[in-house]
Amino acid sequence: MAGTAGSGRRTAKWVPYAMIAPTLAFLLVFFVVPIFTLFKTSLSVNSGSLFVPELKFDWEWANYAAAFDEYRDQIFRSFWYALAATVIMIAMAYPLAYVLAFKAGRWKNLMLGMVILPFFVTFLVRTIAWKTILADDGVVVDVLGAIHLLPADGRLLSTPWAVIGGLVYNFLPFMVLPIYVSLEKIDPRLIEASKDLYSSAGRGFRKVILPLSMPGVLAGSLLCFIPASGDFINAEYLGSTRTTMLGTVIQKQFLVVKDYPTAAAMSFVLMAIILVMVIAYTRALGTEDLV
Amino acid sequence: MAGEGVTEEATGSSTKRPGAARRFGRVGDLALRVSAGLVLLFLFAPIFVIVLFSFNKPKGKFNLTWNEFSLDAWADPFRYPQLTKAMGNSLEIAALSTVVSVALGSFVAIALVRQRFVGRDTLDTFLVLPLTAAEVVMGASLLTLFLDLGWNRGFGTIVLAHIGFQLSFVALTVRARVRGHDWTIEDASMDLGANPRRTFWKITLPLIMPGIIAAAMLSFALSLDDFIITFFNAGSTSTYPLYVNAAVKNGLPPQVNVLATAILLISLVFLGIGGLRNRRAVE
Repeated sequence: MAGTAGSGRRTAKWVPYAMIAPTLAFLLVFFVVPIFTLFKTSLSVNSGSLFVPELKFDWEWANYAAAFDEYRDQIFRSFWYALAATVIMIAMAYPLAYVLAFKAGRWKNLMLGMVILPFFVTFLVRTIAWKTILADDGVVVDVLGAIHLLPADGRLLSTPWAVIGGLVYNFLPFMVLPIYVSLEKIDPRLIEASKDLYSSAGRGFRKVILPLSMPGVLAGSLLCFIPASGDFINAEYLGSTRTTMLGTVIQKQFLVVKDYPTAAAMSFVLMAIILVMVIAYTRALGTEDLV
Repeated sequence: MAGEGVTEEATGSSTKRPGAARRFGRVGDLALRVSAGLVLLFLFAPIFVIVLFSFNKPKGKFNLTWNEFSLDAWADPFRYPQLTKAMGNSLEIAALSTVVSVALGSFVAIALVRQRFVGRDTLDTFLVLPLTAAEVVMGASLLTLFLDLGWNRGFGTIVLAHIGFQLSFVALTVRARVRGHDWTIEDASMDLGANPRRTFWKITLPLIMPGIIAAAMLSFALSLDDFIITFFNAGSTSTYPLYVNAAVKNGLPPQVNVLATAILLISLVFLGIGGLRNRRAVE
């Protein structure tokens, strides 16, 4: 009998293609084509007025030079903030993920629920809540001020640290979850084995647990660094005019100033950097740790 | 190689006194638990503030400092028609986009797990791209498409944009949930004479249903929550996050917090139901 020949044996060859076709078509039109229209816009010149822009495609590479020139600070700042936030997130997420995976016991589900709880409260409203927490006359400022941990002007809001802290807050669950998953996948027998071979807890951690959880750390870093570098909400709500980021500029140029070509050039640079990072990552490590 | 490393370490640690190591272990353990608790507190703090301030009676227009406990906002949550309308839009958009993306994305998940076809790995990588692209870039590139096509931005373009980021999410979440199943019962079903269609409806679909429900709930939440992509493609249509962003400069009423808290409570109820169902399924 052909019964052992494997699955899907009686489905026609075209079936999987029919199953993926609608999604592929949708993503082609609303994800791939927009990348091209973005690229096209970034190389266009505006022949209309500022109020009624009229774009003409003209291989205008100067848009890129202009964007770099004018917004070098924002570009640099975006990546610096995103990097700082990612490093802080790893430091904060790892102990939590570790406790979740190895020490939480019957509290595990409750704790996991608390990690994803923020997803169910609107992102924007949560960021505004930080404004209340970090306010100049709030508790946090009082306490930090009392132990002289604040800069001379005694403010937390409108500082780069408030923005970085906001980024950390917003994306932290995306760091905790992949690290937790990779820790939980570790075969407990491996840890047992390292103990049987007289490895101390510290050595066992460094030689067994840490290396095996690296895919989770990398996946989390990718999932956090990218949205953090493109974010403008935290810069807008928790920062000042001196903490504007790449996303701030893209959004203002597109929606307020309507300088579409410059905005498109900046978006395209960010998109290209992200694409390279993601494709390099998936080529090396696959997509499994990302979801 | 690895063996050498381990022996070297074994001799290294055997020189230490076990008592000291254990004492450090206990302190380390405590430090670990405390830091995990602090991180959870950090995640929880703003939510606490949001819920708390839904009971605030703000002095002026800004609901940013605590004034006085009151149930006014809870007694009259729909006092601001613009806010209510925005919330209605958000719910409609989330429902529509979730239905479409779950219907389309689940098939992709099944195909990825159950079928062999040319370009499977490429599809896998391709699906990850929308999920990892920065929202500002997704929003901006879609905007250039709509500008290019000359489409008016509004309700429709928001729905399309949301489907765009939900599709990959659904496909990959459902895939992750169905990967571990024992699919031989599909073969068993067909061996017992069921045709592929019957097998799909009776075996495949019920098996992946928990994954689909989880993906649907999270997609709905993602849509409801989305600000950045929506901001680029909304035109004059308002959603809950867009309302909040527009109103914040003039002061937010506590009703915003009431609605945020309500969404949270409803989500918790759904999560609770899901958890109970799971527990029952395990038992």
